[in-house]
Amino acid sequence: MPVDVSAEVIANTPLSGHYNVLALAAPAIAAAAAPGQFVMVKASRGHDPLLRRPFSVFEVLRDRRGLPLGISLLNKRVGPSTSRVYSAKAGETIACLGPLGRPFTVVEPPADAWMVAGGVGLAPFAALAEALRAREVRTTLFYGARRSEELFYLDFFRNLGVALEITTEDGSAGEQGRIVRPLERRLAARDPDDEVMVYACGPEGMLAATARAARTYDRPCEVSVERIMGCGMGGCYSCVVPMRTRSGGVHHVRSCLAGPVLRGDDISWE
Amino acid sequence: MDFSVHIGSLTLKNPLIAASGCFGYGVEYADTIDLSTLGGVAVKGLFLSEREGHAAPRIVETPAGMLNAIGLQGIGVRRFVDEHMPELRARRATVIVNVCGTTIDEYVEVSRILSDTEGVGAIELNISCPNIKEGGIQFGCSLTGTFDVVNAVRHVTTLPLFPKLTPNVTDVASFARAAEDAGADAVSLVNTFLAMVIDVETRRPSISNVVGGLSGPAIRPIAVRMVHECRQAVKIPIIGMGGIAEARDALEFIIAGASAVQVGTANFVDPFIWAKLLDGMTDYMRRHGLSSIGDLVGTLDAAAREAGSHA
Ligand SMILES: Cc1cc2nc3c(=O)[nH]c(=O)nc-3n(C[C@H](O)[C@H](O)[C@H](O)COP(=O)(O)O)c2cc1C
Repeated sequence: MPVDVSAEVIANTPLSGHYNVLALAAPAIAAAAAPGQFVMVKASRGHDPLLRRPFSVFEVLRDRRGLPLGISLLNKRVGPSTSRVYSAKAGETIACLGPLGRPFTVVEPPADAWMVAGGVGLAPFAALAEALRAREVRTTLFYGARRSEELFYLDFFRNLGVALEITTEDGSAGEQGRIVRPLERRLAARDPDDEVMVYACGPEGMLAATARAARTYDRPCEVSVERIMGCGMGGCYSCVVPMRTRSGGVHHVRSCLAGPVLRGDDISWE
Repeated sequence: MDFSVHIGSLTLKNPLIAASGCFGYGVEYADTIDLSTLGGVAVKGLFLSEREGHAAPRIVETPAGMLNAIGLQGIGVRRFVDEHMPELRARRATVIVNVCGTTIDEYVEVSRILSDTEGVGAIELNISCPNIKEGGIQFGCSLTGTFDVVNAVRHVTTLPLFPKLTPNVTDVASFARAAEDAGADAVSLVNTFLAMVIDVETRRPSISNVVGGLSGPAIRPIAVRMVHECRQAVKIPIIGMGGIAEARDALEFIIAGASAVQVGTANFVDPFIWAKLLDGMTDYMRRHGLSSIGDLVGTLDAAAREAGSHA
């Protein structure tokens, strides 16, 4: 059951000229949110822009006693709404509706967890990594970005005991190239008897390649898709994803209700 | 305070109805808000069989509005009746089913099925979806087409019948009259305005269907004008909509002549809008010494406005 909170901005931490992390006071959402779920954010009052924007719950923030206090959002400035989220000031309030959507399946040991992130697709993985590490699941983050300045929160993951595989397109950090390359290598080298769950979030091409690689090596794979959303509640049928049907056709599902986390195998990748 | 609205044999608890296509099948919202507190729930348009709709992207934002071409994706009337009507009945929702068809026979068949279903409050005949070639709009853009489809459905159902009119015609009032002549209990208006958005960097249309329907606050003044024109043309009640986002927007439609209103796009922005709208309307009625919302319907004071403009 989602709630709509007029959430106060606790802190706005710029990560670069385009990325920031916005911490919002929203105890009710923080208490209910599961890794992979999202919130619908209305960053501006008035009718322009009119609609809310979906954001993954990045971190669940807790007070000193460990009680849920709020959530943070990982934001990349691309349009009017994300620009507002980029420049929001501490003390302002932002309407935040959630938590929404179907979360990731959090595996248990002895399964290992491999999280594959591309750019701002890192967004759902801070919360997921915490949940996995709390269960002592061995966790690796495969993280690809354009260049080293666009790799964020590496220490956060290191401190949780998450192993890192890094690629950048320009080679300024880690291996040069796309993140799917080291993922495929590791999948090929893995003993088929050792369980692995693959999680992915990022650009569509990366998701498709990750899902394909997981399928090749017969590994379960959950992807978090990003679609243009109208309402986040199942009301408008805007955010659909084509899913394969048994008869070989496609069926559109609403990513806000059936997703945003979907099984990579079920999606009809173009 | 009396907010009840009577349309044909149907009584609405209040004049606020969730607009079709903007509230799923109602059940999506059942855990978030109390459906029984709404005047009505107009569910997503239904054909006889399932439809997949258009490819994404299906929407794009515009100044104070949005464009959509969903393509009437839907589960078909039979699955709706089996899978969702039990929950809507249990939640005590006043259910208005938006009925689509590609032929008159299909409208008739879908309406017949709904007439045999317990708990359906009314039929809203969608003859105005701008987003699919083969359905509805061909009836909604022709006076004889409008008359024929309303007349045919009228013969197979005693449920309250509200044809939903398109604004994409020159004289919407004549379509309201055709619907009234064919036996409609009320008319709903407006559906969305056919519109287009182009991404200049790629020179491609922003949504997959190239064109789509404009909704939201941007269209409200045109929609209010159309309700005003229809009010003068027909006696049957009018259900007004287009861009309502605040109580005073709803009141504007009511003063122009709408007995009830629907809210679509604004529900996307705020799913808890219903109680806020009702509070705002209550406050207005108190300030204006009104005890029944019915007393406000069609009370536009046109003369005073003209006098004022000369002062
Ligand atoms: C995403 C979307 C889907 C819609 N689907 C339908 C539909 O299935 N049947 C229908 O009669 N109208 C449909 N409409 C039109 C609305 O019911 C309403 O007439 C229109 O949006 C104007 O109201 P608003 O400005 O409050 O949204 C749809 C509108 C939107 C935005």
